[in-house]
Amino acid sequence: MDLRPGADSCYKCTSCDTSCPVAEVDDSFPGPKFQGPEQWRLKRKEDTEIDESITGCSNCMRCDGACPSDVPLSQMHNTARGEYVDNQMDKLSREYLRNRILANYGTLAGIGSKVPRLTNAIMGNSLVQKLNEKLLGITAERDFPEFADQTFRSWWKQRGGPNVESDEKRIAYFHGDYANYNTVEVAKALVRVYEAFGYEILVPDQRCSGTPMFANGMLDDARRSAAVNVENLGDAIEQGYDVVASCTSCSMALRQEYPELFDFEGTETVAANTYDALEYLLINENVIDPLSEVDAADHDIPDFAYHAPCHSRNQGLDRQAVELFRHLDGVDVADVGDSCSGISGTYGWKEEKYEYSMEIGEEMFEHMEHAEGETGMTECPTCSMQMEHGTGYEIDHPLQVLESALVDTDVEI
Amino acid sequence: MAIESAVVVVGGGLAGATAALSAAREGAHVHLVSANESTLRQASGLIDALGYPVADAGREGDDNDGDGGNGVAADSGPLADPFAGVDDLPADHPYRLIGADALREGLSLFDDTVGDLYRGGHTDRNALVATTSGRAKPTARYPRSMAPGLVSDERPTLLVGFEAATDFDAPLAAERLSAAGVPFDVTGATIAFPGEYRADAAVTRLAHALERDEDAGDGRTTRQRLADRVRPHLDDAERVGFPAILGDSHVEEVRADLSERLGVEVFEVPTGPPSLPGIRLSDRLFEALDDAGVSMTTGTPVVDFEPEEDGAGGDRIDRVFIDRNGARIPYAAEQFVLATGGLVGKGLDSDRERATEAVFGCHVPQPDDRMEWSEGGAFADHAFARFGVRIDERGRPLAADGTPEFENLSAAGGVVGGADVAREKSASGVSLATGLVAGRTAAEEV
Ligand SMILES: Cc1cc2nc3c(=O)[nH]c(=O)nc-3n(C[C@H](O)[C@H](O)[C@H](O)COP(=O)(O)OP(=O)(O)OC[C@H]3O[C@@H](n4cnc5c(N)ncnc54)[C@H](O)[C@@H]3O)c2cc1C
Ligand code: SF4
Ligand code: SF4
Repeated sequence: MDLRPGADSCYKCTSCDTSCPVAEVDDSFPGPKFQGPEQWRLKRKEDTEIDESITGCSNCMRCDGACPSDVPLSQMHNTARGEYVDNQMDKLSREYLRNRILANYGTLAGIGSKVPRLTNAIMGNSLVQKLNEKLLGITAERDFPEFADQTFRSWWKQRGGPNVESDEKRIAYFHGDYANYNTVEVAKALVRVYEAFGYEILVPDQRCSGTPMFANGMLDDARRSAAVNVENLGDAIEQGYDVVASCTSCSMALRQEYPELFDFEGTETVAANTYDALEYLLINENVIDPLSEVDAADHDIPDFAYHAPCHSRNQGLDRQAVELFRHLDGVDVADVGDSCSGISGTYGWKEEKYEYSMEIGEEMFEHMEHAEGETGMTECPTCSMQMEHGTGYEIDHPLQVLESALVDTDVEI
Repeated sequence: MAIESAVVVVGGGLAGATAALSAAREGAHVHLVSANESTLRQASGLIDALGYPVADAGREGDDNDGDGGNGVAADSGPLADPFAGVDDLPADHPYRLIGADALREGLSLFDDTVGDLYRGGHTDRNALVATTSGRAKPTARYPRSMAPGLVSDERPTLLVGFEAATDFDAPLAAERLSAAGVPFDVTGATIAFPGEYRADAAVTRLAHALERDEDAGDGRTTRQRLADRVRPHLDDAERVGFPAILGDSHVEEVRADLSERLGVEVFEVPTGPPSLPGIRLSDRLFEALDDAGVSMTTGTPVVDFEPEEDGAGGDRIDRVFIDRNGARIPYAAEQFVLATGGLVGKGLDSDRERATEAVFGCHVPQPDDRMEWSEGGAFADHAFARFGVRIDERGRPLAADGTPEFENLSAAGGVVGGADVAREKSASGVSLATGLVAGRTAAEEV
């Protein structure tokens, strides 16, 4: 891929370096300006190898948002990381194996979720955690995310699919792996909220969005997943559905990373018709008026400490939850600041990155503890793990709050 | 459907923030939409209103103090009172079009918003701030952290630069200030920043080390070791200036601590981008917008607009569209403010033929012959420096025939033409004055 034009528009203002959470804590990481435009410039001149430090980038994509000159930094990083893994990384190394496992979490989850209780018991066992750390370099500090008793897809099937039919209002739900295997209550909340607004929901066959694969340079794995997703979502779009995702890293992948990295037929169409779940409602429905009718105190809705995930920030969605819930009487939603949570998907799971990950998250933990609410809120499942890990708070998704306010009450929508 | 509010402000720089605050103050619900993080994060943090009379042109400059413009030799006559210079500006200068009172009100909106973060509001007069390149720069408002460094103050001064932060050569700056005849003794020293950092460590990294007072080796903290290294250079100095990296949000705490350790007052000297004073200011403005109930979407550009369907001749804007990775998201409002900046902020586009306003295609007056865009010499009186939309006294951009382009559009900041902000040193003042008026005009009609 030729990323030279992008490299040329860099004028070395270093705004990207200033915004990089990893460069802030890890002195061995030279930062996005080096990983991006400088590395690409070097490559153009001679046949240089990709610098190993590229594996230190967590793919938070903050540098993208900071660059005033629209240099496609994360695209450069993703491409360089892919090249590094393909050509320079030892495929028999522990690191490669570990990264491959983390990147393909969905495959493992598919197996584990068949026997959720057993898997939870095994993965929750501290001996197993120590072994994971020793053998694989997966930190023993974290609790493995628990599998739900029933996956979302199996719940959906058992339920018999959609309860609402409509020719005009149709969404195809991209749930991703986490909402399917782990945070099933988020997926159910989406279904209930959207059906309350009169939407017919389709749950197309799908694979992982690819986010953890991009972050680990496993571009071939990501390509295979993306091909399936683009095809199935493309079909849905043809039938009049808009694609809606409840995880902001998933929507980010479909909207930005797919068109930047792949050229399957229909990639652009999928990008142009994909939305974040809250965003889509705010564009198309009057959410504010019914929400203003509700008094949170009557429905046990707590105050929240809200963290905007980096990938929501990058899509310009970082403010929507805070601004929306201002209309919900009796709840305080405090924005806990603009720092990265530090986990960045698989980054914070790596033994050698764990400490950095917690150091990056420190500012968020502090802000959370200072906020009124003792329940957290975020759109991203891994940020949610990190928030819980750092503070012990329970974490909700904005869709769950909407569910409590609009579906579990008798307010008219 | 669309995302709806009473006023949509396009652009999140100083002008957009001011317009949004001004409209929100009048009670309108405002949505601010901006392509990138605010350019204030690169700006020096100084708020210039009018530093030089326009006639006083053709000055040499080579500074790198992040003021987005030329440096100015101290003998070329800065304006003591920016308001006194307004009447001498060209008739189509924004200050002339909207009036000097707009500048006064814009500055006072700024003062209310930033509170004790800034100084200079007690007087109409310009202050002279020493820059990293050793110039004395006239400015209307300056961060509190820079206050003890003013050039009008006669205390002997030590400037301290860091080996790692190469754009502040303290001995050279001291030499230049002396040569420019400042009324005090000034010396400079370069020291190593305490602790172990890579040669090109981000300035924010150093700032955080100071703010958190990290362990810097030998059982001493960053601030302790910094003071130890500065002390031998102190001599008779009664104040010490560092590049503006003394912490992020707790600069006053860092300054007080260092001042106590050194026994003299410590201040910051404005630096080039990325700039901590700029970041602090943009954070403060963001908080103020949040407190004022302004909704904000940043990171996504406005790429298109749609006129009102039944509007006679399409002279009202119905909605603008942002581009979110290919998806077009509509933002509808009754009133719109254009605050997309100049050629740097991307509010103006230019090709070999013409300069155009990028979002709504508003008229940008310019010589027909492209050869007349510029003069010889980097800082001469270039026509392009004054490019931008022309506004009426209410901030409405005007079509070629002198009537408003759209009934419900006003404009503010760098996208407005007629000012040569780099030469005049008026960038922030123009943004504040036009922002105030544009926001008020928008709010009046919702
Ligand atoms: C390096 C630097 C140093 C400076 N130093 C000083 C100084 O010392 N003193 C001083 O007084 N002033 C200084 N300034 C100028 C000042 O900070 C402002 O840049 C100036 O007042 C212009 O403000 P603005 O808001 O009009 O434009 P900008 O600050 O350029 O902001 C324009 C905004 O509009 C957004 N935008 C553009 N196109 C679109 C679109 N299509 N859709 C949505 N958003 C869009 C941009 O992302 C940006 O946020 C400096 C500026 C820079 C860049
Ligand atoms: S994606 Fe995040 S971690 Fe990677 S270089 Fe950019 S800012 Fe740093
Ligand atoms: S922010 Fe953009 S222009 Fe500035 S150094 Fe980074 S890549 Fe280059």
